Amino acid sequence: MTKAENEITWKEINIGATVHEPGNASQYKTGDWRSNVPVVDFSKCIKCALCYIFCPEGCITKNDDGFFEIDMYYCKGCGICAEECPTDSIIMKEEKE
Amino acid sequence: MKQYVGMEVSVALAEAVKLANADVIAAYPITPQTHIIEHLAELVASGELDAEYIPIESEHSAMSACLGSSAVGARTFTATAGQGLELMHEVLFVASAMRLPIVMAVANRAVSSPLSVWGDHSDVMACRDVGWIQIFAENGQEVVDNAICAFKMAEDNRVLLPVMLNLDGFHLSHMVEPVLMPEQKAVSDFLPLNNYPQPLNPDKPVAMGDFAPPVIFTEAKWAQEMSLRNSYSTILEVWDQFGKQFGRHYRPVEHYRTEGASTLLLTMGSFSETAMTAIDSLRDEGCKVGLIRLRLWRPFPFSDIREAVKGISNLIVLDRAISLGGPGGPAASEIKAAFYGEENKPKIVSFVAGLGGRDVTPKGFEEIITRGIEIAEKGSSNEYEIYGVRE
Ligand code: SF4
Ligand code: SF4
Repeated sequence: MTKAENEITWKEINIGATVHEPGNASQYKTGDWRSNVPVVDFSKCIKCALCYIFCPEGCITKNDDGFFEIDMYYCKGCGICAEECPTDSIIMKEEKE
Repeated sequence: MKQYVGMEVSVALAEAVKLANADVIAAYPITPQTHIIEHLAELVASGELDAEYIPIESEHSAMSACLGSSAVGARTFTATAGQGLELMHEVLFVASAMRLPIVMAVANRAVSSPLSVWGDHSDVMACRDVGWIQIFAENGQEVVDNAICAFKMAEDNRVLLPVMLNLDGFHLSHMVEPVLMPEQKAVSDFLPLNNYPQPLNPDKPVAMGDFAPPVIFTEAKWAQEMSLRNSYSTILEVWDQFGKQFGRHYRPVEHYRTEGASTLLLTMGSFSETAMTAIDSLRDEGCKVGLIRLRLWRPFPFSDIREAVKGISNLIVLDRAISLGGPGGPAASEIKAAFYGEENKPKIVSFVAGLGGRDVTPKGFEEIITRGIEIAEKGSSNEYEIYGVRE
C-alpha cells in the first residue's frame, strides 16, 4: 500500500474493500493495544526459546547472540512470555508512553 | 416473431434466467419460490441451460455459495422467500459490501409467526438496509424483463452490486399470465458476458471481506453507500436501453391516470394491477384520483417521488408490511421522511393491508382511497390505519 491507512480517502478504497497486497496485515500496529510491557533481562536468560514458541503474536525473534528479542511494534503485552519463562527473565511492567 | 405464451410467472422467470445464460444457481426450496428453482433445476438437468446447479442445505449456505461463485466472475442467480430471506440476512450485507453482482428473486412471503406461506412484503422490508438494489415487479412480463435487466444492472462495472427482484408470492409467482418471451439473440445482444473486474484468480490474488479497523471502516462504508446511490443513473440507462430494444419501458416510479389528480395512491408489486381497476371506477364517478407505483425501492428514487406528487393534495401509501411499533408502513414512513424538508408537500396517509396473503379487492382499494382522503382532510391521531381488521 502506498498510503498509510489513516490517509486513504473513500474514493481510494478498492472495489468491495478488497486487499490486493498479500500480507498487508503486517502494517497493522498491534503494539498500540499494550498496557503492560515485557522487559527481558538477558543476564538470566538460558536461551530455551519458550517465549519465542508461546508468543501468540509471533513477534519474538532470535538475535545474532542467540537471545530472544521482542518487536514492540507488534507486542500486545499479553504477558504469556513472562508467564512461560522458566528463569523469570521476563517481567511485565506498566506501559508508560 | 412476437408471440405471447400463457406461462406460470415462476416458470417464465426461470426461462428468463436461462435466456440470461446464468452460470451458477445455488438455491434452497421454500414456498412460494419453489417453482422458480424447480424449473431451473429441470433446465440444467436436461442440458438446456449449461450451468452449475447447487441444491444446497439452507438459504444461509445458498447465499454463501453465491458469494463464492460471483467472486470468480460467474453469472449467479438464486431465489428465496420469507423465512429463507431472513436466514440469509447476514450474508446479504456481505454480498453488497463485497460488490458481488448476484441476482436474486424474492417471491415475497409473510414472516412467521403465526406461520404463513402467503404473500406480503414483511420479508423484503426487513432487508431494507442490506445494500442491494431492490426492484418490485407487478406482473409476469415485468418479472421476465426485469430479471434480464437485473443482470445487466448488477454486472455493469460502474455498479457491481447485487440486485433483488421482488415478486409477490402466489399473487404473482403462481399466476399463469400471457408473457412475451424475448428471443435468445436479442437477450444475448442486450446482455454482454459478465466482466467482473477482480475475479478470484490464483495468478492474481485478491483478498475479499477483510478486516477493517476503525481508521478505514467509515471510508469503506461510504464508498459502498456511494456505489448504491450512484447506481441510480445506470439503472435508468439499462431500462432505457431495454425500452429501445424491446419496446417495453420501465421507470423508478410509474404513473397511472395521474393527470389532473388531487389524490394519489401509491402501491408496490402486484397490488397495483387491482388498484388500477379501482382507480378506473373512481375516475368514472368523477373522483380525481390516480395511482403511482414504486418500482425501484433501493436506491430510493427521491427525485422521482417528489416529481410525481407535484401539485397533489393527498398521497395515500399502501404498505403490505407492518413496521411493528414504528411510525407506519415502511414505505409510508420513508416517503414521509423524503418530504419532511420540502416546502410544498401533500398530506401523506399510511395504510397497511394485504398481510399474509389477504386479498384486497377493487372495492377494498376504493374504501382505502375514500378513507385516506377523509384522514388527509380531517386528520387522525393514529400513525397509520390497518385496512380490513375485524374489530
Ligand atoms: S507480551 Fe505477549 S505479545 Fe508481547 S512478546 Fe510477550 S507473549 Fe508476545
Ligand atoms: S523463555 Fe525466558 S529463558 Fe527462555 S529464551 Fe525466553 S527469556 Fe530466555
